[in-house]
Amino acid sequence: MLGLGKKDTSLLLVVVALTMLAPFILNPFPSDSAMAQFNAGYPDLMQRFVIFGIFAIGFNILFGLTGYLSFGHAAFLGVGSYSAVWMFKLLSMNILPAIILSVIIAGLFSLIIGWVSLRRTGIYFSILTLAFAQMSFALAYSVLTPLTNGETGLQVNLDDPRVLGVSATADGSIPVTNLFGLEMRAAYDMAVGPWTFTFSAGYYVCALVMIAAFYLSIRIFRSPFGMMLRAIKSNQTRMNYTGLNPKPYTLAAFVISGMYAGLAGGLMASMDPLAGAERMQWTASGEVVLMTILGGVGTLIGPVLGAGLIKYFENIFSKINDTVLHSWFAFLPDGIEDFFVSIIHPFVGKGWHLTLGLMFMLVVTFLPGGLVEGGQRIAKAFRKKEDDKPKSPSTEPAE
Amino acid sequence: MGILEVKDVGKRFGGLQALGDVNLSVQENTCHAIIGPNGAGKSTLLNCLVGKLIPDTGSVMFDGNSVLGRSPHEINQMGISRVFQTPEIFGDLSVMENMMIPLFARRDGSYRLHAIESVSTEKELITRAEEMLEEVHMLDKRGMHSASMSRGDKRRLEMAMCLIQSPKLLLLDEPTAGMARADTNNTIDLLKKIKEERDITIAIIEHDMHVVFSLADRITVLAQGTPLVEDTPENIKGHPKVREAYLGETQQV
Ligand SMILES: Nc1ncnc2c1ncn2[C@@H]1O[C@H](COP(=O)(O)OP(=O)(O)OP(=O)(O)O)[C@@H](O)[C@H]1O
Ligand SMILES: [Mg+2]
Repeated sequence: MLGLGKKDTSLLLVVVALTMLAPFILNPFPSDSAMAQFNAGYPDLMQRFVIFGIFAIGFNILFGLTGYLSFGHAAFLGVGSYSAVWMFKLLSMNILPAIILSVIIAGLFSLIIGWVSLRRTGIYFSILTLAFAQMSFALAYSVLTPLTNGETGLQVNLDDPRVLGVSATADGSIPVTNLFGLEMRAAYDMAVGPWTFTFSAGYYVCALVMIAAFYLSIRIFRSPFGMMLRAIKSNQTRMNYTGLNPKPYTLAAFVISGMYAGLAGGLMASMDPLAGAERMQWTASGEVVLMTILGGVGTLIGPVLGAGLIKYFENIFSKINDTVLHSWFAFLPDGIEDFFVSIIHPFVGKGWHLTLGLMFMLVVTFLPGGLVEGGQRIAKAFRKKEDDKPKSPSTEPAE
Repeated sequence: MGILEVKDVGKRFGGLQALGDVNLSVQENTCHAIIGPNGAGKSTLLNCLVGKLIPDTGSVMFDGNSVLGRSPHEINQMGISRVFQTPEIFGDLSVMENMMIPLFARRDGSYRLHAIESVSTEKELITRAEEMLEEVHMLDKRGMHSASMSRGDKRRLEMAMCLIQSPKLLLLDEPTAGMARADTNNTIDLLKKIKEERDITIAIIEHDMHVVFSLADRITVLAQGTPLVEDTPENIKGHPKVREAYLGETQQV
């Protein structure tokens, strides 16, 4: 289907089902129960899941296929956000032209940075991308204040021209982002017994874009171009002596992944029309590296899983404070309760990074292929119970 | 004029004169063997032909064009394919993918952004890759992760990858080193067959004299960076200088 093999089609369908049903899947606990705070099915967080999913899918096209580790991809995300907000200021609050501009500008920007950085390989390449990203951050933060509004961040204002839209709505407020009239903040709450499920227009727009982005990445993985990128990772010497020039291939991969980052940045601004320099900081670049490694470098679905997991930790674990902990352990005698709370305390709330770090170390040590490898091992263990069939030869990388 | 003309090529590594005034003329559609003791400069000479090294002096003409100053992928696109002394294959890829890449390189040139088409729809190329694998008796290994194969299989795969490009000039650097006797004989048979069926010129570096005398139309003996003699296999066998400098030490005939 759609030019995909059987396995890829089922993988795509799984992703479609998961994203479309996410408001249900992520809200398994009744809203009045003690577990409700583990629900992640609110629009803001769901949007972040899929937006960072897009970012990581694109990053994986570069890192996963060619092995070139960029530490500066957040710069492209930031550029995408700034471009989108400028579109909201100058043109209209319609997100389509904004996102298109984000992708184009991020593409041009990554063409320049990639062209320079790809003159080196390995650690020097990584350092060059990091240096460029930090330069971009510094520029956005101070030097380019007229373009970026410095540390305050770029926002939409009442006096923006918006030549194809309106500067202000009839009641004198700033218009909201929309897709041909469909407001991104529009949401519908569905109550089923004690459960509440929220369906947000913004989330579904982001989810559809992510599905398209995911589909495109499958096509790239299975294409001759994708095979060349894996060949670059495997043996550049052989590549050269086979008559292939690795440079334009890596540059194309760099630009494509930069455009994915720009798309993510544009969507981010479309959900909430502001852009700040911190989006370009090196920690943001590092985060997408973690997402990809955690999920599974070079696998199709891994980056999406990694992005989801990290964003879940960041938003859910970080909210568990001492009060919550005390309420969980309230059934224990006071002294023991305090003891448990003080042991868990460093790992939750502001300490969520610690849990994430530990998990990252465990995954890298025991599951170098990330969550996808974990899943494959579990599947294998189940399959072993059936008889050992000879493995069918495959010319494709793992999903 | 030969298809490959090496004139006065010299190459120095620090204090070591690895090549000094090498002259070599390889005629079209022949097999030219280069033999010589370890460290004679044989691999260095090949490196100068494929753009891995740039010689300090001299010129290298292939098919009437200079190869000097061109990058390896350009030289390959001119029609020179090379098998390395230590196998260079795409270890992370399957055997079949290793075969597809040189086919794409031949069809599409050194770069083409074909990012949406699927490899699996390239039926014609897949068939050709399978035929070539069949020819080197590796079709049963088509789905194998190529890094996990034996050294001999890696060499055969690398040779198949070069042959499938239908190069005008095939450079082989000890193609049978590390191969079992049976595989060596298979390789000889394959190269003989290729020589008969196709327009191909072969330059081969080899320590195994059985391979050399089975294939070569002419032999150049290289010692300490300079060609000692160049002659037909029959004359080389009896040449006193060669026996002394080379065959005498490593009697492999
Ligand atoms: N890149 C290099 N840098 C410095 N010295 C080199 C380099 N390449 C080769 N040499 C030296 O040049 C000399 C010739 O090496 P070369 O590899 O060409 O020999 P060879 O004839 O291929 O030998 P063998 O039969 O062992 O493969 C050797 O002394 C080697 O150490
Ligand atoms: Mg050698």
